[in-house]
Amino acid sequence: MNFETTIGLEVHIELKTNSKIFSPSPVAYGADPNANTNVIDWGYPGVLPTTNKGVVADGIIAALALHATVEQHTHFDRKNYFYPDNPKAYQITQSDKPIGHDGWVEIDVDGVKKKIGISEMHIEEDAGKNTHERDYSYVDLNRQGTPLIEIVSKPDIASPAEAYAYLEALRQRIQFTGISDVKMEEGSMRVDVNISVRPVGQEKFGTKTELKNLNSFNYVQRGLEYEEKRQQQVLMSGGSVQQETRRFDEKTGETILMRVKAGADDYRYFPEPDLPALNISDDWIKELGDAMPEMPTKRRERYVNDLGLTDYDAMVITQTKEMSDFFDATVALKADPKMAANYLQGDVNAYLNDNHVDLQATKLTPANLAGMINLISDGTISSKMAKKVFKAITKGEEPKAFVEKNGLVQLSDPAKLQPIIDDVLQANPQSIEDFNNGKKRAVGYLVGQIMKQTHGQANPQVVNKLLMTALQQ
Amino acid sequence: MNYFKQDLASLHADLVAKKYSAKELTQATFDNIKATDPKIDAFLALNEDAALDQAAKIDAAGIQDDQPLAGIPVAIKDNIVTKDLTTTAASKILANFKPVYDATVSTKLTNAQMVTIGKTNLDEFAMGGSTETSAFKQTKNAWDQTKVPGGSSGGSAAAVASGQVVAALGTDTGGSIRQPAAFNGVVGMKPTYGRVSRWGLIAFGSSLDQIGPLTRGVKDNATVLSAIAGHDDHDLTSSTQAVPSFASDLTDAASVKGLRIGLPKEFLGEGVDEDVKNAILAAADTYRQLGATVDEVSLPHNKYGVAAYYIIASSEASSNLQRYDGIRYGYRAQDVQNLEDVYVKSRSEGFGDEVKRRIMLGTFSLSAGFYDAYFLKAAKVRTVIINDFKAVLKDHDFIMGPVAPTPAFDLGAEIKDPITMYMNDILTIPVNLAGLPGLSLPAGFSKNLPVGMQLIGRPFDESTLYKAGYVFEQNTDFHLQVPTLGGQN
Repeated sequence: MNFETTIGLEVHIELKTNSKIFSPSPVAYGADPNANTNVIDWGYPGVLPTTNKGVVADGIIAALALHATVEQHTHFDRKNYFYPDNPKAYQITQSDKPIGHDGWVEIDVDGVKKKIGISEMHIEEDAGKNTHERDYSYVDLNRQGTPLIEIVSKPDIASPAEAYAYLEALRQRIQFTGISDVKMEEGSMRVDVNISVRPVGQEKFGTKTELKNLNSFNYVQRGLEYEEKRQQQVLMSGGSVQQETRRFDEKTGETILMRVKAGADDYRYFPEPDLPALNISDDWIKELGDAMPEMPTKRRERYVNDLGLTDYDAMVITQTKEMSDFFDATVALKADPKMAANYLQGDVNAYLNDNHVDLQATKLTPANLAGMINLISDGTISSKMAKKVFKAITKGEEPKAFVEKNGLVQLSDPAKLQPIIDDVLQANPQSIEDFNNGKKRAVGYLVGQIMKQTHGQANPQVVNKLLMTALQQ
Repeated sequence: MNYFKQDLASLHADLVAKKYSAKELTQATFDNIKATDPKIDAFLALNEDAALDQAAKIDAAGIQDDQPLAGIPVAIKDNIVTKDLTTTAASKILANFKPVYDATVSTKLTNAQMVTIGKTNLDEFAMGGSTETSAFKQTKNAWDQTKVPGGSSGGSAAAVASGQVVAALGTDTGGSIRQPAAFNGVVGMKPTYGRVSRWGLIAFGSSLDQIGPLTRGVKDNATVLSAIAGHDDHDLTSSTQAVPSFASDLTDAASVKGLRIGLPKEFLGEGVDEDVKNAILAAADTYRQLGATVDEVSLPHNKYGVAAYYIIASSEASSNLQRYDGIRYGYRAQDVQNLEDVYVKSRSEGFGDEVKRRIMLGTFSLSAGFYDAYFLKAAKVRTVIINDFKAVLKDHDFIMGPVAPTPAFDLGAEIKDPITMYMNDILTIPVNLAGLPGLSLPAGFSKNLPVGMQLIGRPFDESTLYKAGYVFEQNTDFHLQVPTLGGQN
């Protein structure tokens, strides 16, 4: 039997605002429990929410970044449920008129491009956090009211690999807008997934299961792969899939039953009476749209078509807006694009990974990277010397000054190199004979000797040329 | 010292002239409350020490001519939060609850240097029309202690009527200022929705709730409303409309000449007491004699107001009252086994029957499968009712009618019959649904019980209502009659 898979993703993105969505409390991490709270966050009697306009703006920006239609006449709704981390016993969210709807992102899996639809995206408040100890449970409301955008996919995702690509496309586009850090490892991006399989040709979707504890894009893909197979096997052995929630086990790569769903929860949504409806003007949308940075897909096209990068290079450079901006600024300073791309995905990325930092937190600057690349291009330094220079620019040093100070200038002048080459040849008659007998390896040895004489400063290309001329005479 | 019949202006004049100090006035107020409150039970909490301190400070600073409210005692309904002063909403679930912040109206009264005397009784969470659902006390009518004071602002109305305070704040979700004002023969204003900040008002029906003043006279009412009204950054539903000095037009020159008044035929229909009807017809004649025209008009969908209201208000309440869960503040049940136990037992033990009834009604109305038939339908009815008012107020300056179908009824008479109790609000509820201002003022008597008249205006046109109320007051003597309670009365 052949199956087709349908995957749905609900992605929560935490916004980088200064204050909470409905209260003036700060949004900040690492504070003492309940330090960043006030009477509104406590759900105290008599308090009222006020809307943080910046969150609405972020919602519009996200809608625009995901090709969604901005709902210009929208409002908030209450989602009612009891839980200690939910102090009002309702969450202020958007139900019947989300701020954005009918968007899409393009994904590329093994060279096949596909549009994945986004049914809706809404702005809402996060809940607090419960922690449980032996005799007590504790409630920390610091996170209560942190602004979120929830993005819900259409049932267009047909494989775990597509799910991964969708998340990556979403992450990149949102990251480029700057409204969120979109880091799963820090909780600023969270993913709920559901998956169902059905025999090819069946019109009705299969019964779906939800997966929890998917803390990275990799786990999302692995969890879905396991679950896809499990559901297929259940169906092939004549069983039926239960509507249930399953937990992904990182160690075994399996999904484990958590609970069976006994019908839908009733959240009794209704319009939030404490907040006036939102009327979003054309002007505001235009203003926010005009201020949006160029999106990663556009940049990749430009990099490939105008700058001659490979698709792969372009993809790596556009992982984050900071990297891509850095690249653009480096190229604007006349650095060779290919070399700039190589350095960014090679030495720079390695440096960031080794030091666990973001590019913007380092002392690297486009000016210094461009300066170094230009020194290589004009032959002042060799790529080998550049290793030392790179280390220096990670410390914020200006490359030209560093090269001069350390005498790293490459020896490219034939008039200065010729006498050294002549000396080396004279001292190694055996090598000349080997060469004449067809032993090409002799050249490498001679070059090594010349480099040794020049303390590595000789320009290898010039040395090669001069040496070959001398040997063939 | 006998301040019982004095209005704000004469109290202010006496304070400025130092006939007595603010502290003396405050002390006399507490003495009088202690003498009279055992009969009417208007207060849930007194703010004695802090009030006397505050009054002494006001005396020390001196009271100026331009501080019309400085040093004058005021009472606040106990569903409005007051910092460090017990605020219970008359519910066991908030017994002994001491808020850490002040409602905006409370801050504004303090800024005007009014002295908060104490917190007045109400129906639990303002749900009721007789103050009988209070978890703590049964407030009695100031005129007849076998009768209800009305509700839910029964404590504030009885306190003002009995002369305990010259002014009190109430709240009105479906008639809770106007009906007790009518039952106790005082003046009560339910301002336009958005006129007064709801920050610090313990929410019942958020799209309907408004805070307003209860006073013995129209001018006093206008003065207090000017002090508490205005936009508040804490309440996005509060309006940015400018707040006029409502009292400044209330002079001998005030007139209703040329005004067009609508008298809806539905307001004098079946179920309206004869004495009430006659009082309103007489008031209409008074207005005609003063140069206004009174036309019979129609609010054809008025009769659907009660049903729509009890769905909308209860739905909002079912959500608003979920926060009382025993976790962070308020009553928590003992002997609980698990989280669900905390919720179920705390709420079962903490809320009274009427509150539970409305939570269940609202929860049902919002439930999947019922939402469209109940909540959504009620929201549509609300729009129809708004349009009814718009049509009449297009060519009428205001609408007049009774406040309630009957004068105050016997204690215990209706509390077991919620539908009858709900129908008492038939004339006040539509005004909340439409968000309009409604003024209740004394317009007659029926068997020694006051009868109230309601004036309903255009959005944010409280001025016209105050003017019409003031002119009526100048030409009648109902407001001059006062109940006798002993004490200094």
